[in-house]
Order: sequence, then C-alpha cells, then structure tokens
Amino acid sequence: MRYLPLSSDDRSAMLKKIGAPGIDALFADVPQAAVVPLSVFNLPDTQGELEVDRALSKLAARNVAAGAGPFFCGAGAYKHHVPSAVDHLIQRSEFLTSYTPYQPEIAQGTLQYLFEFQTQVALLTGMEVANASLYDGSTATAEAVMMAQRLTRRGKAILSGGLHPHYAETVETVAGLQGVIARAPVTPGSAEDLIALIDDETACVVVQSPDVFGLIRNLRPIAEAAHAKGALLIAVVTEIVSLGLLESPGAQGADIVAAEGQSIGNGLNFGGPYVGLFATREKFLRQMPGRLTGETADIEGRRGYVLTLSTREQHIRREKATSNICTNSGLCTLAFTIHLSLLGEEGFTRLARLNHAKASALADRLCAIAGVELVTPTFFNEFTLKLPKPAAPLVDALANKGVIAGVPASRLLPHDKSAANLLIVAATETCTDDDIAAFAGALKEVL
Amino acid sequence: MDIEANRRRVTAPGYHPPEELPTISGDRGLDHEEKLIFEIGRDGVTGVDLPQTQIAATRLGGQKRKGAIGLPGLSEPEVIRHYVRLSRKNYAIDAGLYPLGSCTMKHNPRLNEKMARLPGFGDLHPLAPRSTTQGALELISELMGWLTTLTGMPAVAMSPKAGAHGELCGLLAIRAAIAARGENRPRILVPESAHGTNPATAAFAGFTVDEVPAKPNGRVDAEALKAKLGPDVAAIMLTNPNTCGLFEGEVIEIAKAVHEAGAYFYCDGANFNAIAGRVRPGDLGIDAMHINLHKTFSTPHGGGGPGAGPVVLSAALAPFAPLPLLVAEGDGFKLVEDRDELPAGAQPFGRMSAFHGQMGMFVRALSYMLSHGRDGVRQASEDAVLSANYILASLKDVMSAPFGDGPCMHEALFDDSFLDGTGVTTLDFAKAMIDEGYHPMTMYFPLVVHGAMLIEPTESESRESLDRFIHVLREMALEAKAGKTARFDGAPRLAPRRRLDETAAARKPVLRWKRPELPQAAE
Repeated sequence: MRYLPLSSDDRSAMLKKIGAPGIDALFADVPQAAVVPLSVFNLPDTQGELEVDRALSKLAARNVAAGAGPFFCGAGAYKHHVPSAVDHLIQRSEFLTSYTPYQPEIAQGTLQYLFEFQTQVALLTGMEVANASLYDGSTATAEAVMMAQRLTRRGKAILSGGLHPHYAETVETVAGLQGVIARAPVTPGSAEDLIALIDDETACVVVQSPDVFGLIRNLRPIAEAAHAKGALLIAVVTEIVSLGLLESPGAQGADIVAAEGQSIGNGLNFGGPYVGLFATREKFLRQMPGRLTGETADIEGRRGYVLTLSTREQHIRREKATSNICTNSGLCTLAFTIHLSLLGEEGFTRLARLNHAKASALADRLCAIAGVELVTPTFFNEFTLKLPKPAAPLVDALANKGVIAGVPASRLLPHDKSAANLLIVAATETCTDDDIAAFAGALKEVL
Repeated sequence: MDIEANRRRVTAPGYHPPEELPTISGDRGLDHEEKLIFEIGRDGVTGVDLPQTQIAATRLGGQKRKGAIGLPGLSEPEVIRHYVRLSRKNYAIDAGLYPLGSCTMKHNPRLNEKMARLPGFGDLHPLAPRSTTQGALELISELMGWLTTLTGMPAVAMSPKAGAHGELCGLLAIRAAIAARGENRPRILVPESAHGTNPATAAFAGFTVDEVPAKPNGRVDAEALKAKLGPDVAAIMLTNPNTCGLFEGEVIEIAKAVHEAGAYFYCDGANFNAIAGRVRPGDLGIDAMHINLHKTFSTPHGGGGPGAGPVVLSAALAPFAPLPLLVAEGDGFKLVEDRDELPAGAQPFGRMSAFHGQMGMFVRALSYMLSHGRDGVRQASEDAVLSANYILASLKDVMSAPFGDGPCMHEALFDDSFLDGTGVTTLDFAKAMIDEGYHPMTMYFPLVVHGAMLIEPTESESRESLDRFIHVLREMALEAKAGKTARFDGAPRLAPRRRLDETAAARKPVLRWKRPELPQAAE
C-alpha cells in the first residue's frame, strides 16, 4: 500500500525489538470476542490512484457544477470567483498539514494569519473583537444565542422570521436546551414587528440582514429596543460580501455578529466545509466561544502570536468551558484571509457593487416577464420573486433546460403554503449578460 | 546512525555561528521576519481586478455603508510572498514526524485533495436541484456504507462538523431517546482521563458531569463506574482505546452494565485509528461514536480545521438521528429535510447545522478508504500500533512509561518521573525537541499521569524515521539524567520564535491589529 512505509522485514524486526511473537500480541488487551477477521468487512481491497481517481471522477461527473452554466442559487451559500492564488497558498504543506498551533514557536505562520483573520472580521462586521472561527454561520448563530443566554442570564431568544430556516432549526436544536426559542412570523419582503416581542425575559433578538429572502433589514431600532430591555442584538450575515456595500452590523448597534464566511475564499462544497465568523464587543470577550489568537513577545522581545484566553476553552475548563468546540475551520479561515487580502478595500468594495449591479439587472429583466413580481423591494445580491406557478417544479423544469434558477422558498419552508410560488434568486460577479438572458428566456418558456 | 554524517563540523578558523552577528535586515537566511498585511498594505492597490460599477442606491433601503472598512490594499505578488513567508514558520507533517498523541498526524495523500476539488464536488451548491446532485448523494451513501461496515453499527449521522460536534450529536440523540421513554436522566459519567471536549459537550447538552476515576493500570475503574450507575444516569462517555493509549479490556462488561441500568454508551472515537479493520465498535456494545475523519481517515488538519465528525448510532439511537436524512428513492437518493417526509420510525432530534455536513471532507475520506481498501485500513491500524509499541519498547528504559509493562495501542504514554531531580520539566523536554527538528509530543495530557508525554507516531513513518526519533529522544533523556541540561534551558533556541509570553498575552489581550495612533503634535 503506497501510503505505508513499513516493509514486512521492517515489521518483523520491530516485533522482534518489542519482544512480541506477532502483531496479534500487541492487541492482547482486546477481548477475543471482539476481534474480527478481515472477511467480515464487505468492502473492496486496496486500489491504485488511477482506479480511485476514475471511480470518484465518475461520481463527480453525475453532478452539475455551479460553473457549468447559468446558476442563481444562494440562500446561505454563494458562488463567487476565488482567485487562483488562494487555492495554491492553502495547499502549501506547512498550512495544509499542520495541527492547531499549540506550539507557538513553530506555528507562527498559522497564528499570524489567524490574527490577521480576526482583525479582518472585526473590521468587516464593525465589531471590536472576533474569534479564530467556528464551523459555519448556522453553528455560529447557535453559539451566539447561547453566549447571550449566559451574558444576560435569561433564556428566551427571539428569532426573526427572516432568519434562514435551517439556521433557526440549528438554534432551536442547540440553544433550545437553555431556554425558549421564539420564532417570529415569516413575512417575505417585509420586516415583521420584532420590537413588540421583546420582553424582560428576552436574552437576545436574532436578525439576519440581508434576510433569507434577500431583504435588507434596519437593525438600529431593534438594537435600541433590545438594549432598553436589557437584551442583546445578534446580527446574522449569510452573505459577507454584502458588507462591502452595506452599513456594518456593529455600526447599527449589534452586540454579537454571527456570519457565514464561505463567500470569501471558499468553494460551495455541497454545504461544507464553510467558515463561521464570530465577532462581539470587547466587554463580552470572556464569554466568547472558540479559539483566540493574541499578540505577545518571545523571551528575546520579538513580536509573536499565541493562542490566548484559553481558560474559556474545553481543553482547560472542561465542563465549565464557554463552548465544546475544538477543531474549527482552520484552513477555510486562511482561504478567507488570503482572498480578502487580495481584494483589499478597493477590490472588496468593487466586488460588492458588482454583485448588487448584477442582481439588479437580473431582477429588472425577470420582473419584465408577465406574472413575475419582485417581493423584496430592497436587496443586495439576492432577491425573491413571486411566480404565477409553484416554484419547485419550475426550478426542475429550468434545470432540464440547463438553468439552475435559484432556491424555491418551499424547500426551506415546506409548511408555509404562501411560500409555494416564491423563488429565491442570487446573482454574483460570476453572472454574465448571457446568463441573465438565458434565465429570462427559459423562464418565459416554462411559465 | 546517519545523524553523525549530517552534524555540522566547524573546521574553518575564524568561523562564527551566525547567531553571534545580527543581520542588517533582521531576517536570517531563509527565516524572514514578516509584518502584518495591515502594515504592508496601502490605499490604491489591489490584487483582484474588478470593474468599477455604477449602482443606484434605491434598492439598499438607506443602509449604504458610509465609512471605509479599513482593509489594506496589496497586489498579488505581495500577498503570495506574505503567505509563503508565513507558511515557512510552521511545522507540518509533510516536513517531519509529528508525534502529537491523540491528534493523529498521519500522511495526507494529495489524491484526496484533487478529488475534493473536482467541480462536481467542490463547485456544487447544497440547495441545487436534486436531479443535479445525485453523484454527491451517492458518494455520501458510499461513505456511510464504509463507516457503518467498519464500525458494525446500523446507522450514521453525517452532518456533525468535527469531533466535538459529533459528541453533541450523539448526546442529543441520547437525550431524545431518553425523553421518548418518558424518563429524565440528567447525569453523564466521564472518566477523568477523557478529552476536555467530553465534559464540555455533556455540559453544553444540558447534562451534569460526574467523573469516574482511573485505576493504577490506566484503565477506567469499572467497579467505580458501575457503582455510579443509576436511574439518573443518561450515558457514559468513554474513549476506547483510551487517552493513555490503552484498550479498555472490560469494555463489553461495562457496556452490559450501562445498558442494564437503562443508560447509553457513548464512545469518543478519536482513537478509532488504532482498531479500524480489526475491531468493530458495534461488537463492544457502543450506542454512539463519532469518527474524526480528520484523524482516522486522514483529511488534513489544516492548522486546526476543518474536520468532520460523523456519528455512528446503534439500533436504539438510530431513529433519533438529526435532519437531513439521506434516503434511497427510486434508483437515486434524496435528502429528507423536513419532518413531513420522514421514513417510518424516524424521530429526528433536530438539526446540527445549515446543510448536510462536511462534503469536502467526505470526498477526501472516501478517497482515502478506497485507496487503502479494507486490507489497507487494517494494515494502517496495525502499523500505527506496531510503531507506537516500537517507540515504547525502545525508550522505556531511559524514559518512564507508567503503563509500559504491557503493550500500548497507537500511542505511547510516558510520564516525567525519569526527569525527577534533573530540574528539567516535561515542557523543557518537549521544547528541546523543537531544536532537534521535531514537533513536540502531546504534553500534560492525559491528566491521570504526572507531566504526561503522549507520543503517537502513526503508520506514516518509516523504520529509519522512527529509529532517528528514538535516537534523539534517548540521547535527550540520557543527557537530562546526567545533569547536562543546557539544551533544555529556555529551549527552543533555533525556532522562528523562542518561548512566547502567554501570561502577558492573556493579561492584556491584543486580539487584532489597530491603526497606530498618530503622534500628538507638541503644544
């Protein structure tokens, strides 16, 4: 087997040194009843690289990649162009095949990019501090709710109806153990009255902007109302590129920002791995989940970085930790940091404007079709359409015509009959004029 | 030993080691000092060419950003140089033996990277129409088949994103199963040698944690564990092989007692790489176990992630697996995202995350499995155990192995008693390994032995590599014991940084770069 360096001679010599008659002697502690022969595993034997490549490539070829044609899916995962330098750099052995930087003397590469990542995330979100990542946007949102529950010593979390339904379900599953999760009604294309729901039991209000339908929310009045009742505002961002054009959640009074960072540096990957961004105010630092990198100096006085405030974490605090997270999104944070470094202020701002322009052009073109209405009067790069027929079968029909038209709202809200005709459509910088024309043409044909 | 051949010989008269002469640049040969991107970048430069677009602000709801974000501008060559230089400050498994016990730093085949980047996997949207994702769903199904077959368990939940997330998934399934029986069991038993994630997860999932002591032989005290069982115990969380690198030989009796008490058996599968292909956890009476695909099945650790932590489940827990569920439909597959479409008997406890798991890691893990095959998986486990025992046998006369009388599994545990009276600590010993070109072993864990040093060589090392490592550690131990402690004092000396002040970092945390304040004008 090409990945195993020991020869049978090596194995014999090593067993001899150990003083064991055979490999079975090393497994002597395993109860005999639990040792099974290889034949019980109904699985194939070793294969060469060529054979494995062939088998997996065959499976991959049965999927339609986002880049294969006109493509308009969003709803929490976005197709963006990732510069070639990103994937090259993250595949450097020293990044790809290193562990969590617990030995800072020989992990300054990882620690420094994490410090840069934390700074970028804090700047984008308008917050004071950010951690070194969580798994993804949905788990970051659940962690944010639990952090608010700890900080306020209250259990109730109010979730906006515009929060991605899968995020809401994740919050209910994880944070529901610590208190009541109250989901506000779903109101596609408008903002529900969240302020009326805030009471003295409320730990936090969770608002996504742009929301799952694409609508841009105004967080300021909700932050003020929450703060007046001693509650926190958690802002959720699933499309981080929007912050190149929109006011940051921090500037609008958010106390915690939980976001999905996939759009920058990371591929769609059929749902993972992604990168959870988590930022907050400095005063809440000690209740933050996840790893933090901090600046310090070595014994020669040279600047360096270490993992810090680890007394919040499971490997030190065990059952009193702020979270159970250990492995995070390491390499995905590196991809994020490199891509954002390449973009810089100018590139990131231009990228955001370009996304909005493409989506605007697409919305205008599609809404010119009879019976198609724009549900979301405001949006960034994703909007919701009301179609004259149920959206799910139309999406399938459009897929047969080579256009991946978006996400039917019914896929996220199967119980909401009013969502049946809604289609959530995203357009990024990857969308061409030809893609827009193809979508409009195909939609006319299937309607 | 070939080490002698590589040792630097100073023969030229007047030669001075470079350390004595500071360089003008502050760099030292290939070791470049590197500023932060915020200190390198400036306005008006970019590494991505994008058009300037005119937009109307009418659709932004009055939320248009007013101020600048503050991101630095860098060109592509600057960004590449910056991150290449940073990379060179990292140790990596590709560059050397990485003996971190419990972490399993094994070889990461590049085929797996290539496969994960195939557009059909890497460029596939999680909510794309089902007819366009059948190959991806089949891949997940095939991986599920490997995981259930290798573990002898009937079901597996694929969505957990890492080991600790898998623990949470397992405990939430247990909580749901207990609730379905109409019972309330608030307590979880966790051995004192457990990974920190185990008690943290139990608390996270709303349970109280009760510690079970270890016996002098490094195994959990089964009698103490049985005595703690009762109607308020939901589960035990046991790592097997355990964190001392030992197999819990009483595991079947423990499982029996746990089940008789109406509780469930959660196994921390972090060390499955010792037994994969030889022992099936399902045969041991386990109800739930996460599998760190980034350990046993070699998806790269990536400097701390991402991982993947699918959880295999017993028949008793399988109905409670979280959404989404992958089910066969016609001659294809579909993901059940909603409670209205559930297959018979399914009672999912909820949802772990937005989508359906770490697909990028699934592709890599399946690529690893197909490459190894069942025979290779078994051989890898055997080689990992053989290599750890080789290290144990070769070092236990000069270092102290608290459980060294018998064989270990995939990792060899030493304590610091061989350093008694030398003034050298476990930390000093580990840091001195850095100067010798090695990443230190896991230290001060598990907590059940004093000054622990946990060495996991994995199956990826040649005998020559193991011999060299053993030679270095032997010489270090002998020197320490002989009172020659210079190399331990303040080590490392040869790394990109010497020991860093972690106390200062925590006392006054600096967690991000801030633009330096301009000097105040003199009044």
